Amino acid sequence: MKCTFGTSFPAPENLPAGAAGGIQQSSTGGSFAGLAAAVYAKRDDLKVSIENVSVDRRGFLGTAFAAGAWVLGANILSGNADAAASWQPSVYLGFEPNGTVVITAHRSEMGTGSRTSLPLVVAEELDVDWTKVRVEQAIGDKRYGSQNTDGSCSVRDFVDAMHQAGATARFMLERAAAQKWNVPAGEVTLTNGVVLHAASKRRATLGELVSVAATLPVPKREELRFKPPSEYRYIGKQVAIVDQHKIVTGAAIFGQDMRRPGMLYASIERPPVYDSRLRSSDDSETLKVKGVRQTVQIPGFKQPHMFQQTGGVAVLADSTWAAMQGRKKLKLDWELNPEHVSYSSPAYKQEIFGSVHKPGKVVRNRGNFDGAFAGVSRKLEADYYAPMLAHAPMEPPAAVAEYKDGKVEVWAPVQDPQSVQQTVGAALGVKPEDVTCNVTLLGGGFGRKSKPDFVAEAALLSKATGKPVKVVFSREDDIRNDFYHAVAAMHMKGGIDAAGKLDSLLFRSAFPPIASTFQAGAEYGLDLETGMGLNEVLFDVPHMRSENGPAKNHVRIGWLRAVCHNFHAFALHSFMDELAQLNGTNYVDFFLKSLGPDRHVDLTKDGTKAWNNDKSVDEFPLDTGRLRHVLEECAARSGYAKYTNGKGRGIGIAAHRSFLSYIATAVEVHVDAKGGVTIPNVWTVADIGKVVMPDRVRAQFEGAAVFGTSLAMMGEITAEAGRIVQSNFHNYPVARMKESPRKIDVKIVDSKERHAGAGEPGVPVMAPAIAAAIFAATGKRVRELPIKRTKLV
Amino acid sequence: MAYTLKVNGQSKTVDVPADTPLLWVLREALDLQGTKFGCGAAQCGACTVHLNGVAIRSCVTPVVSANGKAVTTIEGLSPDGTHPCQIAWQDVDVPQCGYCQAGQIMSAAALLAKKPKPTDKDIDEALNGNLCRCGTYVRIRAAVHKAAELAAAGKPAGSPSGARLGGRE
Repeated sequence: MKCTFGTSFPAPENLPAGAAGGIQQSSTGGSFAGLAAAVYAKRDDLKVSIENVSVDRRGFLGTAFAAGAWVLGANILSGNADAAASWQPSVYLGFEPNGTVVITAHRSEMGTGSRTSLPLVVAEELDVDWTKVRVEQAIGDKRYGSQNTDGSCSVRDFVDAMHQAGATARFMLERAAAQKWNVPAGEVTLTNGVVLHAASKRRATLGELVSVAATLPVPKREELRFKPPSEYRYIGKQVAIVDQHKIVTGAAIFGQDMRRPGMLYASIERPPVYDSRLRSSDDSETLKVKGVRQTVQIPGFKQPHMFQQTGGVAVLADSTWAAMQGRKKLKLDWELNPEHVSYSSPAYKQEIFGSVHKPGKVVRNRGNFDGAFAGVSRKLEADYYAPMLAHAPMEPPAAVAEYKDGKVEVWAPVQDPQSVQQTVGAALGVKPEDVTCNVTLLGGGFGRKSKPDFVAEAALLSKATGKPVKVVFSREDDIRNDFYHAVAAMHMKGGIDAAGKLDSLLFRSAFPPIASTFQAGAEYGLDLETGMGLNEVLFDVPHMRSENGPAKNHVRIGWLRAVCHNFHAFALHSFMDELAQLNGTNYVDFFLKSLGPDRHVDLTKDGTKAWNNDKSVDEFPLDTGRLRHVLEECAARSGYAKYTNGKGRGIGIAAHRSFLSYIATAVEVHVDAKGGVTIPNVWTVADIGKVVMPDRVRAQFEGAAVFGTSLAMMGEITAEAGRIVQSNFHNYPVARMKESPRKIDVKIVDSKERHAGAGEPGVPVMAPAIAAAIFAATGKRVRELPIKRTKLV
Repeated sequence: MAYTLKVNGQSKTVDVPADTPLLWVLREALDLQGTKFGCGAAQCGACTVHLNGVAIRSCVTPVVSANGKAVTTIEGLSPDGTHPCQIAWQDVDVPQCGYCQAGQIMSAAALLAKKPKPTDKDIDEALNGNLCRCGTYVRIRAAVHKAAELAAAGKPAGSPSGARLGGRE
């Protein structure tokens, strides 16, 4: 197609104040401003710009749209966009001549439903029949803006762009019809995919209007009108995810399912110890295995290791099984890294407790903790511990790569295809633009598939062999070559004042940080890490200090779902439960008293600033009222205060703000005579702001209760002599049906606040709530995860 | 060595080493990729198929032991995706990422073939070997009960029951 109104857009720094919310295209404007004004309300919270997309960008759009399509791009201008940020469309909305509406999903689908929920918002605002919309998955391209699907931000950061894209297209289609029929634009309406002029009873399908609409200027934001929520037919309703039928019939394509003609299958033996190198290898027996074609040595990473491949020897074969069999016959001699070969988890545990038993780097300071703590009579000290964890998505990592003439195309289940372009580009010495990354469905991600080391391996092997190559991780490869959720130690001190309120709190943690991924040897947490639960504590405590101690990494670090909140929330809320006991009250009473009056907490008064998921506190304040509300409602729904604890039955509860959402979860446990734990009930109350797909949000919190059960009860990765001990689900168990909560009651608070995170914030509350319930049931206080390590009876 | 299997009602002959797990024969030799690789050690159930009607873990079942037998995979569970489990799974919106669900459905279908009205305990026993890292167990249990109801009522008929939006063929 030709683009009539292709324009250039000013860089954000050139926009007048407040114009970040404007559409970057002048238009004939005014006469259409009254469009359907009676029906559609204005939205004030948008920071989006829209453009017509010209033909020269079709390469970037790939094969998503048919010839003759009219395509709109929409961009959300982040409130904290730096000056270098250029205009980057993050969604494409296309109309094909046959009337098909195509919406590009630029975020990765790993089970949260965002591949459905974001396009659904476009369809809602556009007012087309959702069942006739085709959703196309975007390739990696920086022009989409961030595609890094992590941090529970897909809806939060892109919902406004989706609203505006849909409203803009509706506006232009209505205007196209008005022009075609020579009637006032305000009399034309698009409803459920049909454009109508009521007075003359004329109607048109979208396909009939595409060629005219493509010639119109993009309207200003001020001209747009948005559906009021009372008119929604999809948002807030029960809608199936777009891939559901394919999933239940076995037709959905994940990374492990990708194939290319002439492809070789690769199984890779990697270094057993972090940052080690191959000394020598003997593949003579390997090459005798039927189906094995060749072996290839893969170079190891250079520090900082980032997401580079770890190196090793790949066995390439005609089938995955042959490659795995051939690999068993490799004879490899490793030069093990002397600094890391001595890494063992029991010794390391002592080391990081040593770190938190000394003063650390202060990340928040209020009042005078030391003086106040010395002065109170009722006080407590406690240490908490959480081990390393592996992500273990059900689909082990896999990638297919096809290298040709200095360019490479890859197909992989990745959370961030742009990071694939960077990583693969660097590995092959080609530009990121010469790496085409196709994103398949992800069989779970949880953070593992943010790190595309496995895609770099496939690309290197394709270049080395001249053939398409598929790298298949076995489960053992997955467990032993993860970027691990770090081990953490926490040291807490707390004092209670005469009125029975938290008076002083010292909160110190140490964990090998993800900073070590980007800067070799980094030992202190990044702001995002200390921000997650260590300094963003909402209590009205007059004397408080948060500190982060140093910890050295001996593996690659890469956080798992809910990141540092998992261990920080475990320590903080377990400690609050202990203090409540000391106070002779329960967690809920003590928590609410210590939380203080409803207010927005301002960390700048304490010499720090809220990391706040990189969002401003003006947009997303630290709101104690919302936290209080979810805790009160959860206590009421679960019958927390009236529950009869003891004799192997108990209830525990925790409330925590994470990913800008406010969550309270209560857990009922039964502990049998042998110490076996079952979880008959979980109650979660979640205030995550506005919601697009309530059922998918409920599903996220149901799943988080199970995921949180795994990490609380049984999850543990350990190292011995630098090597990861665990290898598969028999020694790295995750919760099975019988071990999981039997009933999970999820209440989503009806909120008018901004959309916040849904995927992660249900996890951190689980471990402290389970531990508190076990204490209530047995009198046994668990301060170390996983709970299975503690003998309960 | 050549082996002949009756896969989803069709006779298939493959020439692979005797120890090749049925999983890889299905996925790579026969291009039936609905059956998933999860652990290779009968720990997760993602690879569950029916061998002569019995749910087995194809990742640890050598092709030689399936020789001459009937294999049913998710692709062959019903001709058009209308097995009661497939309908119920959609009615209850079970899948999140979806990777484990073919295995879950195959385990559930084998259970229902034996016990048309399973109890919660029956379901726990039959599906405890199928891991779901997304944590859809509560809905899986509900979907098995629903599938039992659908089967008892002589349903399903064509598509997910009820007025639901957005199902895709």
